[in-house]
Amino acid sequence: MKHSRATFLAVAATAAFTLSACGGSSGELVEDPGAEAEAEGGSGGEEGGAEDGEYDIALVSKGFQHQFWQAVQSGAEEKAEELGVSVTFDGPASETEIDAQLQMLRSAIERGPDAIGFAALDPEACVPLYEEAEQAGIPVVEFDAGCDSEVPVNISKTDSMVAGALAAEHMAELIGGEGKVGVVAHSQINSTGVERRDGFVDKIEADYPDIEVVDIQYGDGDHLKSADIAKTMLAANSDMAGLYGTNEGSAIGIVNAVNELGMEPGEVTIIGFDSGQAQIDAINSGVMAGLITQDPQGIGRFTVESAVQVIEGEDVEEIIDTGSFWVDQSNIEDEEIQAMLYQ
Amino acid sequence: MTESQAPAKERQTSDEGAEAPPEQSTGGWRGRLGQGLQQLLAFGTLMALMLFFAVASPNFFTVSNLTSILLATAVIGILAVGTTFVIITGGIDLSIGTGMTLCSVVTGLLLTDMGLPLIVGVLGGIAFGALVGFINGFNVAVLGLPPFIATLAMMMVAQGLALVLSGVRPIYLSGVPGFQQIALGQLVPRIPNAVLILFALALVLGVVLTKTVLGRMTYAIGSNEEATRLSGINTRRWLLGIYALAGACTGLAGVVLASRLSSAQPQLGMGYELQAIAAVIIGGTSLLGGRGSILGTLIGALIMSVLINGLRIMAVQSEWQTVVVGIVVLVAVFADNLRKRRAEGGGRA
Repeated sequence: MKHSRATFLAVAATAAFTLSACGGSSGELVEDPGAEAEAEGGSGGEEGGAEDGEYDIALVSKGFQHQFWQAVQSGAEEKAEELGVSVTFDGPASETEIDAQLQMLRSAIERGPDAIGFAALDPEACVPLYEEAEQAGIPVVEFDAGCDSEVPVNISKTDSMVAGALAAEHMAELIGGEGKVGVVAHSQINSTGVERRDGFVDKIEADYPDIEVVDIQYGDGDHLKSADIAKTMLAANSDMAGLYGTNEGSAIGIVNAVNELGMEPGEVTIIGFDSGQAQIDAINSGVMAGLITQDPQGIGRFTVESAVQVIEGEDVEEIIDTGSFWVDQSNIEDEEIQAMLYQ
Repeated sequence: MTESQAPAKERQTSDEGAEAPPEQSTGGWRGRLGQGLQQLLAFGTLMALMLFFAVASPNFFTVSNLTSILLATAVIGILAVGTTFVIITGGIDLSIGTGMTLCSVVTGLLLTDMGLPLIVGVLGGIAFGALVGFINGFNVAVLGLPPFIATLAMMMVAQGLALVLSGVRPIYLSGVPGFQQIALGQLVPRIPNAVLILFALALVLGVVLTKTVLGRMTYAIGSNEEATRLSGINTRRWLLGIYALAGACTGLAGVVLASRLSSAQPQLGMGYELQAIAAVIIGGTSLLGGRGSILGTLIGALIMSVLINGLRIMAVQSEWQTVVVGIVVLVAVFADNLRKRRAEGGGRA
């Protein structure tokens, strides 16, 4: 990603401009490169606003191990530096540790920052703590996944239903609009797992009557488990046309399964999700047709930006869709795409 | 564990005695009779399951799917075979899941960052596993910590270290020539090497458990550690060896896992220990110690993978798959209890 730093900053600045100028919430790439110069000026102005004492923003994410969260963190830190605020970034060791995450949120509230950013592992468990934050007068912005509460001001996230539907459209196109497909999902509980699955399945059911989703299984994003699941799916359906993995571990599991079975690249159309070196390699070698990527750094940037705006009493867009994008051999080298991928 | 006496020097003397086999007859043999029955039961269950799924789905009993089942058994099976020793001593090792991950990270670093030859990376991973096991053994046998707690702590240490050493990112090994062949090459046509490794390991450790002093000590310690110690055997030293042996298996599992994934994934591994322990229990090894077999464990691991594979082939929902496996573990423990009670009724020593 070294070569894309400049581009990344430009995109960041442009995105910041789009947001402040028109409350931008598009699923599209920021398409107007001409806005870059103005954007530099725009974000420069905001910096002035935060100068009278550094704002303290506590971000509690779903994890820190996964590179996705590291990308969110780096986006948040970039933005924080740009706006002259300080952020802390915390998260539980795994995405099943709801309890540990709540503990972190509690500690964040006790610390008394100017704003809290939270990505909920569980949409209900966080409700009482949000009320505590409200009583303490700490505004809450959310990112990636929300909580069933009126307290938070806004959320910056990928619209996973849209992302899942995007995967379905490309799947349909690649397999010629008919045949059997299977889904290896990473969770039947957390919202990204559910929505990426539902967005895909709903789109197929609505628009492609000749495509049948024959099986949906859950591998917890575990590479090994997902590989074994994909192999049983292929064993049960010798005429499987396509497989869709809803996160990195699920998708790599499918890739490994196909390799282990000695199938030719392209014999089954594989669509993945997120990033990672293994998926990038699989696309380059033709084993994987393509993947849906989010913009994790964008999520981090918008979260910090929203927090600062809330602290300063500005209005913010309630839901900021940070976008989802199709990546395949034809565009994987593009700079805009490279900025969203991580190794 | 009330071994507060016996400082290091005193133990030296009793060591020689331990080498001479006839010292111990404290137990272990007692369970052997029932063990054949338990293995037969487990084997029968395995066959019944396979028959059931073969009838239920035409896609189950195919060469390709049976190969998939064997490959899916490899990693858990290697862990389970090693940890069978620990469980027969009446101990438990919760660190094998994340320990396995740590070893795969160590192998990954040796092969990529340090650029060492393949064999060094592989042996390094296994040796590191043995070291982790040795530390577990030290904590249990010398410091006298309960195995559950000692290995629970090690589970966390290993998970943390795997993350620290890897820099919280996967280490890709696709650039290491020949590494993927360790698990996925086919010395025997159609059978991935990982499966051969599992069966070869099971064969060797089966012989070790039944035909060597180490094996007899494993049973003896599990039957009655105190009596074994009082009969002049240095149980601490044997326990160290047993935990180190299980650790080496953990290391081997880590190498096979990394090979199969062409990468070391530092966040993986939590929960694998419970699957391995479940395989051991289904295979008829008693959690109370003193009884168990490698063959049983192998069958137990196969039962788990056949069950999960078959349910998936039939497109049963994931959540129900977990319920079914849980019930099978319950039944296995119940059967073990039943048999033990009968054995006790039939006149125990």
